[in-house]
Amino acid sequence: MVNAAIVGVGHTKFGRATDKQLQELAWEAIKEALQDAGITQRDVQFVAVGNTGRWSSDPLPAVVISEYSDLCPAGSIRVEAACASGSAAVRAAYQTVASGQADIALAVGVEKMSESTNLQVVEMIGRAGNFFWEFEQFGLTFPGYYAMYATAYLHRYGAKEEDLAAIAVKNHYYADLNPHAHFHKRITIDDVMKSRYVAWPLKLFDCSPQTDGAAAVVIASEKIARKLTDTPVWIRTQAVATGTSNLSKRSNFLSLDSAVKAAEEAYKRAGVERDKAYKYFDVAEVHDCFTIAEILAYEDLGFVERGQGYALAREGETYKGGRIPVNLDGGLKAKGHPIGATGVSMAAELTKQLRQQNPPERQADIKRGWAIAHNIGGTGHYAYITIYTLDKPPTG
Amino acid sequence: MAQTREQIEQMVNQWLKYVEELMKNEGLPIVPEEKTGDPLWVDVREMRLKYLIPVKRIKKFFDGLCEGKIYATRCPVKGIYYFPPQADCPACMDENLEWVEVKGEGEILTFTKINVKPLSFVHYPDYIVAIARMSEGFNVLCWLSTDKPDEVKPGMKVKLVVKRREPEGFFSYYLEPA
Ligand SMILES: CC(C)(COP(=O)(O)OP(=O)(O)OC[C@H]1O[C@@H](n2cnc3c(N)ncnc32)[C@H](O)[C@@H]1OP(=O)(O)O)[C@@H](O)C(=O)NCCC(=O)NCCS
Ligand SMILES: [Zn+2]
Repeated sequence: MVNAAIVGVGHTKFGRATDKQLQELAWEAIKEALQDAGITQRDVQFVAVGNTGRWSSDPLPAVVISEYSDLCPAGSIRVEAACASGSAAVRAAYQTVASGQADIALAVGVEKMSESTNLQVVEMIGRAGNFFWEFEQFGLTFPGYYAMYATAYLHRYGAKEEDLAAIAVKNHYYADLNPHAHFHKRITIDDVMKSRYVAWPLKLFDCSPQTDGAAAVVIASEKIARKLTDTPVWIRTQAVATGTSNLSKRSNFLSLDSAVKAAEEAYKRAGVERDKAYKYFDVAEVHDCFTIAEILAYEDLGFVERGQGYALAREGETYKGGRIPVNLDGGLKAKGHPIGATGVSMAAELTKQLRQQNPPERQADIKRGWAIAHNIGGTGHYAYITIYTLDKPPTG
Repeated sequence: MAQTREQIEQMVNQWLKYVEELMKNEGLPIVPEEKTGDPLWVDVREMRLKYLIPVKRIKKFFDGLCEGKIYATRCPVKGIYYFPPQADCPACMDENLEWVEVKGEGEILTFTKINVKPLSFVHYPDYIVAIARMSEGFNVLCWLSTDKPDEVKPGMKVKLVVKRREPEGFFSYYLEPA
């Protein structure tokens, strides 16, 4: 294995990009990432594109983007891991470099959700789980899948809908400080509580929106990374796990088994003690597609004991300066969630955090130089955990 | 906002007509986006998708529904239940599974009520989807029908029954308060 690091990042504004096609949006992020790395298209030997698609018109996004961005004839692949497709793209690019098959690879995440109507998109996402047994007859939606986790969690631990709302309040607060975010609107617990139900007990403000956007990161081998930058952000390790497609096949609805498994594996490889995990990281990006998902993430990552995650945001522990700052970019909830772009956006955000390039109000204090990304596809169908560090991995 | 399928079809057709007219008059299918006014090309092609899904190896399940029965499959060697029913036992690398009628007694693990519905479900009133742990040990996910939606909570005893799904009329399975 060769060590690999992120040496360039690009990120578009997230929101409704009704003025741009998929490849135009992707190019915007790619251009910025290439310039940030100080390289050109000719240096890129492999391109991985995270895109879930179906709501947008092009079925072969990787080639459309490669042509438009003048990346041909470098090899390419489009990967799918639902809402973790972006992390899957990072994985494909990272592994290509780590295995020595390329010195420089590009991971791109892009989604154009506004090419279809909202309810069509609700339908297409709802179909992503187990189509035949859970969608075809029972019409589940993604808010619905996570709502079942919320119902079980609130019932088991006596948490309240207001506790879920505290996550939305935090993430909207940070999104307001992030020019790339979908929403620039601070909200209160009351705003969340007054919003309409989407899938009981989840309300509009408990949900991530349908978003257009793109992000890109350049990943280079140690040899090249050293030449390109003084602050490479190393991919220390990435661990992945898979959950059952049918939600009915799960034993409990208080935790995502796949996330627990992937975190366990990542922690083992990086030497992180699970019960003190928050001490190892200066900042975290977690998959808050719905408010309950961020609470599950706190617990699944071992930032807090089981049944206590719901109090963390309320008590300020996941704000900047708290026990562990989480989603200082606004998270999926308020930065927006362009499905296939999200994992790459997390990589870009954590790179900027570790390089200390964010405005002070949403820049975490970087002491240890470690950051963690928790990117979930579907309802714990795919789990991708990635650890990024400023210090070089010991092996390689 | 329960709309009938006819109403939805009508809305879509009206919109398509508008685009058609526009295309004839202006020579292009380009419309302004509702909020931003950005010009959008309306896809001239349309694709209707209806998947053809083989059920041959689990046909017994559907035959059962027509008789008011709900079946799971079970591994005769290891005793593992499969629900939704499947034809293969990956644990034994075998396909010798037996069909067993489920007892239909269970307890709610969790549930939700779907308010914002997928496009192909907007003609139903808001529906409750629940997951129940059955007495045999496996879980079932389906709609829960009840006159007292406010009383539904985790731990509630339920039974599994066969009913027709209206307005389509196909047989399906439902949880109901026991
Ligand atoms: C929740 C959801 C169904 C709402 O869609 P909708 O009911 O069609 O709402 P609309 O798009 O008509 O928006 C109405 C208003 O609410 C706002 N809004 C939409 N979604 C929002 C959200 N999630 N949070 C806050 N505000 C939101 C819109 O900006 C709009 O505001 P405006 O009137 O000021 O312009 C949609 O955002 C959704 O599908 N989210 C989930 C996406 C998902 O499942 N992702 C995968 C997760 S793993
Ligand atoms: Zn068997």
